[in-house]
Amino acid sequence: MDTHHITPISVYVKVYFVLMLLLFATWAISRIQLGPWNNVAAMTIAIIKATLVFLFFMGVKYSSKLTWVWATAGFLWLLVLFGVLIDYISRGWIPVKGW
Amino acid sequence: MSSQLVQPMEEYLWEQYEDRKQQDESYLVGMWTFLSTEIMFFGALFISYAVYRYKYPEAFYAGHEYMNVALGTINTAVLLTSSLTMALAVHFAQKRKRWMQIGMLVITMFLAFGFLGIKFVEYGDKFREHLVPGYNFEWNQANVNRLEASTAPINIIPSLKAGSLPADSAISHDAQMYFIIYFAMTGLHAIHVIIGILIMMVFIGMLVANHPSVRYHMPMEMLGLYWHFVDIVWIFLYPLLYLIPR
Repeated sequence: MDTHHITPISVYVKVYFVLMLLLFATWAISRIQLGPWNNVAAMTIAIIKATLVFLFFMGVKYSSKLTWVWATAGFLWLLVLFGVLIDYISRGWIPVKGW
Repeated sequence: MSSQLVQPMEEYLWEQYEDRKQQDESYLVGMWTFLSTEIMFFGALFISYAVYRYKYPEAFYAGHEYMNVALGTINTAVLLTSSLTMALAVHFAQKRKRWMQIGMLVITMFLAFGFLGIKFVEYGDKFREHLVPGYNFEWNQANVNRLEASTAPINIIPSLKAGSLPADSAISHDAQMYFIIYFAMTGLHAIHVIIGILIMMVFIGMLVANHPSVRYHMPMEMLGLYWHFVDIVWIFLYPLLYLIPR
């Protein structure tokens, strides 16, 4: 099939408004005191925003399975990389001389 | 939310491909391979950010007090808007509306210049406030006073409470790390914005000349992917650098 998906303008504009709303939300939430939950909220909103850009602006939602694999591989690798933080967090759990 | 399909453009099928679908997929896979290397490039910086913020939360809090949240928020909005206009440029490329495509690219380029302009102002402030590591970094009693006078109540980092922050404390040393990471991450991001602007200029020039290389929409889609990736990086930089919890 020699056809190519074209995302309608209305979808782009809707996604844009959601992104701006989320930008306002992330700023507003940072102004109130939630302790550690501020971090959780900020990162959750950032991931939602990035996912919206990834799916709609970058058009991955409408792409082939092969493109999906290629597009997500880099981000999955990043998750694996963040596994090194386990070392920094857990090192102090058992006191060992010389560490 | 209906999608539209366009007629095939067989004249843009290169001979090594079976059909347009295979050809378009090759473009996408190639571009995403490049973007994966970009994720690793920025990923290493995000990891160093996470490690240092975990080890020196006070210093990161202190450093972030010097961020201009208003300018950072405006810059995020500018970049998100440029992503929309870039997506529309791709849309018009797919529909072969050349002048609309050029118009959207020009708007995107101006927004990108706006982003850099705001960043320029922010960097200028850091130079004036002696917050550039390796160039003029200074951390003295004035910084401590400013931090202690901070309007927000600080309840997550007890050692930052009033009276417990000598000017010569380790925070002076560690706060530099925040600014090193700030300049490395936003600087690398700004370089990507500049490269994006240069590619946009090339595209606008070729489109105005109606060059055959840009009549096919896939090269334009590649530029779009690059620009949206730069946007995604900023989406994470904004809360991490500007909105550290109070």
